[in-house]
Amino acid sequence: MAGPSLMDSLFQRSLDDLIKGLRLHQPTSESTFISKSLDEIRREIKSTDPQTKSTALQKLNYLHSLHGLDMSWAAFHAIEVISSQNFQQKKVGYLAASLSFHSSTDVILLLTNQLRKDLSSNNVFEVSLALECLSMICTVDLARDLTPEIFTLLGSTKSFIKKKAIATVLRIFEKYPDAVRVCFKRLIENLESNDVGIVSAVMGVFCELALKEPKSYLPLAPEFYRILVDSRNNWVLIKVLKVFSKLAILEPRLAKRVVEPICEHMRRSGAKSLVFECVRTILSSLSEYESALKLAVEKVREFLVDDDPNLKYLGLQALSVVSLKHLWAVLENKDLVIKSLSDDDPNIKLEALQLVMAMVSEDNVHEICKVLISYALKSEPAFCNEILGSILSTCCRNVYEIIIDFDWYVSLLGEISRIPHCQNGEEIEKQLIDIGMRVKDVRSELVRVGRELLIDPALLGNPVIHRILSAAAWVSGEYVELSKNPFELMEALLQPRTILLPPSIRAIYVQSAFKVLIFCLYSYLFPDEAVASSPSLPVDLDPGVTSSISPKEFSESSDVVVTEPLADREMDEGFNPRDISQSLEDVSVGNGGDTVIAHEQTSCSATLKKDYFTQESIVKLLDLVERTLCPLMGTHEVEIQERVGNIRGLTELIKQELPEFLVHKERNVEGVKVKALEIVKLMHDAFLEELGPVSTSAQERVPIPEGLMLMENLGDLEGICGDIQLPIPSQFCFGMPHSGGRESTSLFNQQTDEESETSYECTSLLAEHRKRHGLYYLPSEKLETISNACPPAKDPQQSDDLNDDGQDLVKLTEQSLVPKKKPNRAKPRPVVVKLDEVDGITIAVSKPESKDYLISGAVREVLLGNEVSSAQHKLPDKSSNKRREKDKLDIDQPSDTKENLANVGKSETSTSKKSKHHIPGKERKHKSSRKNADEREDVQKDKTKSGHHNPRHKARQRADDNVDVIAQTPVIPDFLL
Amino acid sequence: MIRAVIVMNDQGKPRLVKFYDYQPVEKQQELIRTIYGVLCSRAENLSNFIQADSIFGPDARLVYKTYATLYFVFIFDSSENELAMLDLVQVFVEILDKCFSNVCELDIVFNFNKVHTILDEIILGGQVLETSSSEVVKAVEEISKLDRASNGSMLVPKSISGWTSR
Repeated sequence: MAGPSLMDSLFQRSLDDLIKGLRLHQPTSESTFISKSLDEIRREIKSTDPQTKSTALQKLNYLHSLHGLDMSWAAFHAIEVISSQNFQQKKVGYLAASLSFHSSTDVILLLTNQLRKDLSSNNVFEVSLALECLSMICTVDLARDLTPEIFTLLGSTKSFIKKKAIATVLRIFEKYPDAVRVCFKRLIENLESNDVGIVSAVMGVFCELALKEPKSYLPLAPEFYRILVDSRNNWVLIKVLKVFSKLAILEPRLAKRVVEPICEHMRRSGAKSLVFECVRTILSSLSEYESALKLAVEKVREFLVDDDPNLKYLGLQALSVVSLKHLWAVLENKDLVIKSLSDDDPNIKLEALQLVMAMVSEDNVHEICKVLISYALKSEPAFCNEILGSILSTCCRNVYEIIIDFDWYVSLLGEISRIPHCQNGEEIEKQLIDIGMRVKDVRSELVRVGRELLIDPALLGNPVIHRILSAAAWVSGEYVELSKNPFELMEALLQPRTILLPPSIRAIYVQSAFKVLIFCLYSYLFPDEAVASSPSLPVDLDPGVTSSISPKEFSESSDVVVTEPLADREMDEGFNPRDISQSLEDVSVGNGGDTVIAHEQTSCSATLKKDYFTQESIVKLLDLVERTLCPLMGTHEVEIQERVGNIRGLTELIKQELPEFLVHKERNVEGVKVKALEIVKLMHDAFLEELGPVSTSAQERVPIPEGLMLMENLGDLEGICGDIQLPIPSQFCFGMPHSGGRESTSLFNQQTDEESETSYECTSLLAEHRKRHGLYYLPSEKLETISNACPPAKDPQQSDDLNDDGQDLVKLTEQSLVPKKKPNRAKPRPVVVKLDEVDGITIAVSKPESKDYLISGAVREVLLGNEVSSAQHKLPDKSSNKRREKDKLDIDQPSDTKENLANVGKSETSTSKKSKHHIPGKERKHKSSRKNADEREDVQKDKTKSGHHNPRHKARQRADDNVDVIAQTPVIPDFLL
Repeated sequence: MIRAVIVMNDQGKPRLVKFYDYQPVEKQQELIRTIYGVLCSRAENLSNFIQADSIFGPDARLVYKTYATLYFVFIFDSSENELAMLDLVQVFVEILDKCFSNVCELDIVFNFNKVHTILDEIILGGQVLETSSSEVVKAVEEISKLDRASNGSMLVPKSISGWTSR
C-alpha cells in the first residue's frame, strides 16, 4: 500500500501540469485526457499523504469548476483535506466544499465541528476561509449550530473578520430565522461603526433583508437616515437609498424627510452610480415631490445626452419607471427617446421602444405606428419583430382602447403582415378574427384586407404568415356577403398554391370556400331574399330598386342579355366536363358583357351585384369547386377530407337538381320543393348567424347537468384525440346531402362537433339555446359604446414622403407626439363589443416567502424591544425596566402570528439558558441605545443649525408626529425624531 | 446580491466560475454557454448591460466588460446598482493587474486558486466587502505568504501574531 502512495506523491501531476496538459491537447483528444486525469485523481485522492490528497483535490476543483466534471463523489475527501493543519491544504479543501457542496450533500454535517474550530481560530485567514465556505454552503443545521460562533465574530475587534461575519449572517438568517433573535442587535450596533467597510457590509445585509420585507425595518429609519446624511461612501449610500426607496412608500412622513437629502446627493455627487441611484429612488418612490422629480428628470436627460451607452440605457430605464405615473417626464425627452430607436445598441433600442409605446394615445396612434413601421422596415429582423409585437400589444390593450379608426387599424394589420421579417402571425391572426367579431362596422374593410392577402399567391410561400392567411380566409368566408367579388374570392381560396398550407389551415380555406359557395348559390337561387337578408352590403342599395326587381325579371334580364344560349346548351349536355374550357371562355365573355351592361345601367349598383350571379357564373363556380377540391377527397388529412366531402355532396346534389329547378323557374311554377334549394337556404341561414366574442368565463357559468361526470379521468382519450388541433374554431358539421334533404337536416341538428371548442350551430338550435340561456349571450342592446372621439385627420404630406432619414422621422414623431386638440370628427368610433370579465386584470397577490416572513417576524420582535428602549427619553415612564417593557410588548403585539408568539416564549428561555455572553451584550446594547438617542439629538441639532429645514415648519411637524404616534398602532413608534 | 461572477475568453472557455447560489455543474455549463452566445453576438462600443431575466430568472441583471481576450461577467439582482457593478468589474481587473503585474489570460489560466482567493476577498456570499485594491492586494499577499510557508515546511505556520494585532 505504501508503494503506490509513494509513487503517487513523487510523480504526481501538479495542477500546473494538468493545465499544461489540457492546453497541449486538441479539443478532440481533450476528453480522453480529462478522463485519464480523473482516473489519476481518483487514485491519488485516496492516498494517505495529505499533500498528495490535497493536490488531487485541487486538480478536481479545477476540472469541476471549468470543465464541468462531477465531484460530488469526493465530498468526504474534501472534508478530510479541510481538517488538515496545513493552511494551503485547508484552503484547497474549503474551496472544494464551497464549489461543490449543497444542501443535499450528505456528509455536510461532518463539517460542523471543523467549521466551529476554524471560526474560533486565532488565525484570521482560517476564520475567513471558514466564513467564506459557510456563506456558500450554509444549511439549516449548520446555521443553527454555528450561530453562537457567528455571534462572537460579529463582536470581533478585527474589521477584516467582522465584515465577513456580517456578510455571512445574511445566509444564516435565511436558513435559520431564529438566529435573528441572537445576532440582530449586534448587527444594528455595527451601523454605528466608524469603519466604512463595516457599515457597508451591514447596509448590504439590511438592503437584502429590507428589499424582501421592508415593513419590519421601518423602526431602523433613524439609523438609516443618519447614514444617508452623514456618509460619504458611495457604496453605503447606494444601499441606504435602496432601503429608503422601499421604506418611503410605506411611510409618507419618512418620504418627506429623506427627499431633501437625496436631492442634495443628486446635486452634489460626481459619481454617476450614486446619482443614478438617487434618480431611481426619486422616480420610483418619491415622484410626488415635484421639485425632486424635476431635478431627477433633468439628471435623466443628462444621462440620455451622454455619449456613454450605459448611461443612455439606464436613463431610458429610469424613464420607463416613471412613465406610468408621470408621462410628461417621457414626453419632455421624447426627442432623445425617438433618436434612441436608431441606436446601435439593441438594449437601448428596446428601452426606447417601450417608452415610445408608453407615449401612444388615441390621438397619436396613427402617426406613431407609421413611424415605427418605417423603423421596422429598416431594422434587423429581431428588432423589427419587437417593434411589430409592441405595436400589436399596445393597440389591442383594453379591447382596442386607443383605436378609433378601425378601418385604419385593420389595413395596418394587413400592412404588417406583408413586412418580410414579420414573425407575429399568430397575434395578427388573433386580432383579425377578434376585431371581426367585436366590431361590426369594420367588417367590410376586414374583408377587403383579407382579399388582398388571399389573392396574392406569393404570400402562400411564406410559412410565417400562414396563420394570418388562415384568419383572412376565415374572415372572408364568414363575412362573404360583404365581399365585392365572391368569385374572385373563391378562386383565391382554391388557387393551386394553397397546397403549401399546413392541413389545419387548408381546412379553414376549404371551409371558407364552402361558405362562399353557399352564399353564391343562395344569392343566385333566392336573389330577392339574398338582398334583403344582407342589409350591410357594401354597395348602396336603394330599397325601391331592390323591391322592383322580381326574381322573374332578374332571371329574364340576365338570360336575355347573354346567357341564354349557354344555359340552354348546358342544360342539354348536363355539365359535361369536356365543356369546361369552352364554358369558361363563355363565362369570361359573359362577365364582360355583364360589366358593360352594368356600366350602362349606372343608376343601379344593386343590379351589378346581382348580375354576378348569373347561371353560367354559378356553373363555372361549381366546376371550379369540383375540379380543385375533388382531388382532395383522397387526402389523409381528416379535417380537409371531411369538408371536401361535404362540399362535394352539395355540388352533386345541385347539379342533379339545378336543371329541374331552372325549368320550374322558367315556367314560373310556384311551390316546387327542391331538396338542394332547401339545403342551400338552411346552410345560408346558419352561416348568417353572427358569431360574437365569448367571455372566457362563459363556460364556467354553465351549470353542470346532472349525471355528467366532469372529474372522470379522460387521459386515455388524449392519445386518440391529442394530435387533432385546430387553430380556429371554424368547424362545421352537416349531414351528407346524399342521404336526402330531410334526413340531412335532422342529422345536422343532432350532430355535435367533438373536436372544436366553439361550433357553429344551426340557427334554430342557437335561437333555442339563446332563449333558454339568454344570460350567457351578449345582449345586443347593451353593447357598450365607447367615447366617440375621432382620429386626427390624416395629413397627406406625412403619408407621402416617408424616407429613411432618422432626422425626418424624429421631426415627424415630434409632431405626432404633440398633444393635439381633438380634431373635427371624421367618423365616430364604431361600437366595440366588450365583455367585462375578459379584460379583468387578475392581480397576483404575492405573499412573502415563509422564511422571509419568519425573519421579519423575528426582526420586528427584536426591533420593537430595541425601539422602545431607545425612544424612552420621550416616554413618560423612563424608569421602566427594559426587559419588562419588552415582555409586555411581546404580549401586546397584535400583528404577530400565533406561531411567532409561540417562538418568542421559547427563544426567550432558550437564549437566556444557552449562553452567558448575551447578558453583557444586552447591557452594552442598553448603553449604546442611549448613546443612539444622544447622537440622534446631535444630528437633529446639526440640521437645525445648518438650516435645511424651516424651524417653524419643523415644530409643527413634530407636533403632528406626536399626535400621529398616539393615533397609530404601537407597533411603529415615532422614529422620525 | 451578486449571483455569479464568470470570466471567460472570447472562445467561450470559462476561466473563472463562481456562483453564489448553488447551481449544479451541468446548469453552470449551460448558463455559461448561453451567456457566451449573447456576448459574442454583441458589437463593440455598446452598453455593458444585458437583459438577463430570460437566462437567470426575474430580477437578474448582467454586466460585462471585455479586456483583451477575456469577458468579465457579473450577474446580480436589484439590490445592486448597475453602475457600481460596472465599477466593481473594473476594480476586480485592477486588482488582478496588481497581483499579477500586467495580467493576461495565461495568468488567470495558471493561477486558478489565487484568482479565487482574490475574488473571495472582494465578494463574500454575494456581498461586496472590499473595494479598495490596496486592501485586497495586502490580504492576498499575506495569504500567499501563508501558503508558501505551509508548503515549504509542511508545518503549521508558527506565528500569526502579526495578524492578530490587525
